Amino acid sequence: MADELPKPEELIDVEHVPPITGWMDTPVEIRKGMYCYAGNPKSLETLGAPNPRQWNPTDEDWKLPDNWKEIVFEGLRERLDKFRSFKVFMDICVRCGACADKCHFFIGSGDPKNMPVLRAELIRSVYRNDFTKAGKILGRLAGARPMTLDVLKEWWYYLFQCSECRRCSVFCPYGIDTAEITIIGREILNLLGLNIDWIATPVSNCYRTGNHLGIQPHAFKDMLEFFVDDIEEVTGVRVEPSFNRKGAEILFITPSGDVFADPGTYTAMGYMILFHYLRDLGLDITWSTYASEGGNFGFFTSHETMKRLNAKMYYEAKRLGVKWILGGECGHMWRVIHQYMDTMNGPADFLEEPVSPITGTRFTNAKSTKMVHIAEFTADLIYHKKLNLDPSRNDHLKVTFHDSCNPSRGMGMLDEPRYVLQNVCNNFYEMPSNTIREQTFCCGSGSGLNAGEDMELRMMGGMPRANAVHFVKEKYDVNMLACVCAIDRAALPALMDYYEPEVGVTGLHELVANALILPGEKKKTTNLRGEPLLGMEDEDAE
Amino acid sequence: MGAIRQLLSNDLEKLLIESRAAILQEWFTLVVETYPSETARFLKSQKDPFANPVGRAVRNGVEDLFDELLRGLNREHAGALLDPMIRIRAIQNFTPSEAIGFIFFLKTVIRKIIGKKILERNLSQEFYAFESKVDDLGLIAFDIYMKCREKIYEIKANEFRNRHYSAFRRAGLISEVPDDPALK
Repeated sequence: MADELPKPEELIDVEHVPPITGWMDTPVEIRKGMYCYAGNPKSLETLGAPNPRQWNPTDEDWKLPDNWKEIVFEGLRERLDKFRSFKVFMDICVRCGACADKCHFFIGSGDPKNMPVLRAELIRSVYRNDFTKAGKILGRLAGARPMTLDVLKEWWYYLFQCSECRRCSVFCPYGIDTAEITIIGREILNLLGLNIDWIATPVSNCYRTGNHLGIQPHAFKDMLEFFVDDIEEVTGVRVEPSFNRKGAEILFITPSGDVFADPGTYTAMGYMILFHYLRDLGLDITWSTYASEGGNFGFFTSHETMKRLNAKMYYEAKRLGVKWILGGECGHMWRVIHQYMDTMNGPADFLEEPVSPITGTRFTNAKSTKMVHIAEFTADLIYHKKLNLDPSRNDHLKVTFHDSCNPSRGMGMLDEPRYVLQNVCNNFYEMPSNTIREQTFCCGSGSGLNAGEDMELRMMGGMPRANAVHFVKEKYDVNMLACVCAIDRAALPALMDYYEPEVGVTGLHELVANALILPGEKKKTTNLRGEPLLGMEDEDAE
Repeated sequence: MGAIRQLLSNDLEKLLIESRAAILQEWFTLVVETYPSETARFLKSQKDPFANPVGRAVRNGVEDLFDELLRGLNREHAGALLDPMIRIRAIQNFTPSEAIGFIFFLKTVIRKIIGKKILERNLSQEFYAFESKVDDLGLIAFDIYMKCREKIYEIKANEFRNRHYSAFRRAGLISEVPDDPALK
């Protein structure tokens, strides 16, 4: 009889199936690798943010103010009154489950509390308990539960496992934007001083020095001047960026990450090369060493903080007297600009509707914000045949394109980067349709989660993206993942290193610059990374 | 063909092949049930490989590993087949034993589905040999698991170093050995 054979699982008493408990009865377990370190109190102090103190998420005591429940209640009440969208999102979810399996963090982690519907329920349950009649009377039967310290810890743990990418909202039949629920949830947590350092310190840095990295103006200028030397070494052409130049027609603002961290640095060099090329065609542009950050981690903190950091863009544009602003490749920067800037800090009546000085194209989509994405700007240049491009210089690359969440879902920029890519390289392959464009999967590190200590979380969140990259790598031999976001450029190399080590990461304008034939350039033998160019040995680049 | 083929009598091999579909379905079910029940439902039902990469990796993984065991266990080949599943489980909310324990579920599954026939046909010795190959697979899985964990730590260390080193280097704060030997 089979029964007589000893069963292996009887040899050791191990249970392989997790206990079946309802989500409300499954306590939060704060696991290493899944959370970021707590915000540095100095950073909170700089911002005048509440409750600055040293605390550790794994400690029992989070050093909260005595009246923390009252603060949460009042914070919720204020936001329910202020944001109609938040109130509606609290009320209208029918728990149909359409969003449940659309979140990259759920797909990658398998943790049900990362289903967008359940992540939102973490807050909704408290809302029902304190703000709805049904919840007050029926309690748990109506899906309500009182606020407790464990609930608060659960909020913190899971609201910082959402990258606010909004993929779930694409599938919600009611149009509930779970990112907005996360945004409000984080805002309330910040009232208690519950932030993460990867957000709090960049925000504090940006508030002090104008960029997330805390680079001071002179150092920012030095960095770009190092790039001038690097560019000259590769191209033989010395570009001449201008800084803080009053009266320039256009102000250029890009994420500071591209000034310091590879491979974003090559994208920054790409901008400089493009601007140099366009100078003789009539481009009059300046960088600012004060508005030296396109990104806005304030967006991941609170509406008020986002507004404070964003304001510097318009102030600097006003101070310099430019006509409009050109923005670099970034993700969340564009959601802030496209959806919030104009009403937060606008109207920017002192600026003009952007017009390309090279092609005369009027960017009516930016009529209100006065700020144009560089992918749109470059696509327009290519469309009007203003760039002398040799895409074969990128022939060693087989490129696929990762739509960054915010430019795709947050501003609908889907085709411009593809148009540019198809003109600057000969080998471009799309990933499967349910992983790109408006259905794009997040890099897994957005919304301030690209720290080092939460690497497991990042690898889980990025797994669906890596899975799609794997497909095009196997099918088309893809070896380069292009993107238009500085967080992507910082985060995707680690993701590729774990899942697809033979695939590199590049910004769009690195490829543009490599393909661009510069007047007066020397015979190019390498690209900006110093890698040899295939078949260029016999060509005279001039 | 590897050593196991010699150990596998035609009868045991035939039994395993005949019951392949049932064994794989049961093994797959047990693996996905190591996740919370809501997640297990999703992993079982969503068939799109891009919407459900974990489910796909498990389904492909159990099939390929079973076939590899029948072919004879090539260490390199088995490692490549195990990698996608282990790479995912190495970062998820599992202890090390939970992350690789699913390999040994196969023993339980086979005993449950064809255990009786194994005894009736007097194939226990062959089956014990087959089981020890499953144990070998478990050891290979442990190696991969450790490589994945080490990779995570390596990525963390590299990211930290690159961020700071490249910033210092670009800021001209680092004195490197010059390329020109005369300047060394």
